[in-house]
Amino acid sequence: MTTFFEPRQLVSPGTLLAEGNYQSGFNVYREGGKYYSSMVGLADIRNNVISVIPLRGCYIPQPGDVVIGKVVECISTAWMLDIRSPYQGVLFASEFLSKPLNPLKEEARRYLDIGEMVIATVMAFDRTRNPSLTARDHGLGKIHRGTVIDVDFTRVPRIIGKKGSMITMLKKETGAQILVGQNGRVWISGKSRDEEAIIAEAIRKIEAEAHTTGLTDRVREFLVNKRR
Amino acid sequence: MSESKIERLISEDGIRCDGRRLDEIRPIKFQLGVLKNTDGSAYVEWGRTKILVGVMGPRESHPKHLALSDKARVEAYYRMASFSVEEWKSPAPSRREVELSKVIREALEPAIFVEFFPRTSIDIFIEVLQADGSTRCASISAASLALVDAGIPMRDLVASIAVGKVEGKLVLDVQDKEDKAGESDMPMAYMPSKNAVTLLQMDGQITHDEFLQSIELLKKGCIEVYKKQKEAIESHFKGAVSNEEEA
Amino acid sequence: MSQRIVPTVKRRQIIELSESGRRMDGRTLTDYREVTIQTGLVEKAEGSALVSIGGTKVIAGIKFEVGDPFPDIPNEGVMQVGAEFVPFASPEFEPGKPDEVAVELARVVDRGLRESKVLDTTKLCLIPGKKVWIVHVDVYILDHCGNLIDAAALAALSAMLTASMPEACIEGDTVKLTGKRLPMPLTDIPINITLAKIGNKLFVDPSFEEEEVLDCRLSVAFKQNGMLCAMQKGESGYLTPEEVLRAVEIAKDKSQEIRKKVVESLKLNCDKVGEY
Repeated sequence: MTTFFEPRQLVSPGTLLAEGNYQSGFNVYREGGKYYSSMVGLADIRNNVISVIPLRGCYIPQPGDVVIGKVVECISTAWMLDIRSPYQGVLFASEFLSKPLNPLKEEARRYLDIGEMVIATVMAFDRTRNPSLTARDHGLGKIHRGTVIDVDFTRVPRIIGKKGSMITMLKKETGAQILVGQNGRVWISGKSRDEEAIIAEAIRKIEAEAHTTGLTDRVREFLVNKRR
Repeated sequence: MSESKIERLISEDGIRCDGRRLDEIRPIKFQLGVLKNTDGSAYVEWGRTKILVGVMGPRESHPKHLALSDKARVEAYYRMASFSVEEWKSPAPSRREVELSKVIREALEPAIFVEFFPRTSIDIFIEVLQADGSTRCASISAASLALVDAGIPMRDLVASIAVGKVEGKLVLDVQDKEDKAGESDMPMAYMPSKNAVTLLQMDGQITHDEFLQSIELLKKGCIEVYKKQKEAIESHFKGAVSNEEEA
Repeated sequence: MSQRIVPTVKRRQIIELSESGRRMDGRTLTDYREVTIQTGLVEKAEGSALVSIGGTKVIAGIKFEVGDPFPDIPNEGVMQVGAEFVPFASPEFEPGKPDEVAVELARVVDRGLRESKVLDTTKLCLIPGKKVWIVHVDVYILDHCGNLIDAAALAALSAMLTASMPEACIEGDTVKLTGKRLPMPLTDIPINITLAKIGNKLFVDPSFEEEEVLDCRLSVAFKQNGMLCAMQKGESGYLTPEEVLRAVEIAKDKSQEIRKKVVESLKLNCDKVGEY
């Protein structure tokens, strides 16, 4: 049993990570008793599980993820949503409306039109079919106000922060509603457009400086200065 | 043609027309993340050969009927800019470009975990801005970095290089002049950590012994290219290493 | 491009059978299928050959045309290889523009012929810098039962070896045909051998069902003197360098066997080739 990396070492596809009795976590594959990275990222080992925290990549839906989708197509009783993934989300009318939709009598577009945005959770996804979404729980549904920005999905954990530290700070400092979709979309609803613009700028800063220390304090300082 | 007029490509003491030794590769500079609108990109300057690669995907396959139900569909589009060679070249893809697109795709696909993304497309767009030999090798090597930049899961990087026979001698990393005057050209693509040859072509005439020597030389060359690829990844992402403790 | 679905049951069967060195059609791993060559079938062509390798059937025809030389080689004739996939040859072929498979096939066949210098193009010049012979070598795939590259290369070669070229006389700036025929300026008999890698075994002359499940293939062309003159790896699998060496070794042996077959069935006088 040997590992060939320092914790948080930068690795790339093909890098040999370990040999022996381990388990492969995210972005690690096993071949002939050896563990290799399949991605560019930071190698990590926890409880004998070797994984690589990706630095690049696209969003792959996981059941339970909260995502923000944009309607790109209406089919008789469902909407197709762009969720910044190779796979479009499907939102069936029964998972969005509180009453059944009769496609013969009314058009789905009346309730949710192309271009509109929805906060939803992923119910099921196995890559053979499109991920199915639901927007019926509390806090989910059509977005009526505020700003939505796209961010690099690999930066989502940083925007949320350890145990939500970053996002809690952002909300506390500004009093705005902020929701970070796992798919790299952030919804910001503040007191004014100016306020929303400042928060968006702060999030861009987190994205750009994701790998630096003392970031939470610097972002707080940034917000204080900007809103003075 | 008189004997004195013939330009020698290799000097008496084994130095090539651009000053390299027989087994020396040209200066190679890779750069990742050079384009904004792609999911991943890379640029390479390989001697005077200059190539830009952009990767789109994995994304929904268009048209949908081309999607594969068990894996991603990989396509490579190798194109030479009309101004990339001595004489103007029609921008319409030639038969050479069609074939190269195919073998480049087949050189990269074994590296990609295509089974992770059924029903999607991964498109690799290669634009040769200046051609000075070994464009397919440079394209493959740069494309594998563009795939890394796109965050597409892969088994290994694919490194590629060519061996040629010039004035009866085997030379590593053939440039245009050597290719045109040479007796043979043999490009190979290789995944060093998998010991896997993913592209192998040859034209010209070589003996069986020269073939055996070429394979050794190609492996050595591919490993050198591989090192340069890793260095480019390091330098592009080095900012990410310092810290992430708050995440 | 139609979707290729790998029949996994068949792949397993082929791999397991190969463990004991056998194949679905009863061959050993290094056996080539039966090769037949029929030449001169098309009288209007300068040369033609119908070649079959097992069930695979390919016809090649040669036509001469007076044309312009390439500017960089003004005193040499031009050889052009094309490949057409006739729709009845396989349910997978569709009419229309040749796709990348046909383009690759033609270019691999072209390289084998060109690099071996089978045709001495310096002897095909009519008016230096102005008019040369353009030799069209067109291969039509008639029935696809596997190993199209070898079949196409063999058909093109056989057509060339048995072709004759028109005699021309030059009057000022015009080229006139005398109606007489001249022998072709031939210098070699290159043979292309293709192997498929399936699992960790190499299969000489893959059949259609073997091609359906292969990891990748390697084609190697040899000159009469045993030199390699072209090579092409195809499809999206890989070979280890050791497998490459072994494949080339096997292909070299096989090329001699097939060349013998060509010489016999075309009743070639081997000494003649290279004499012109």
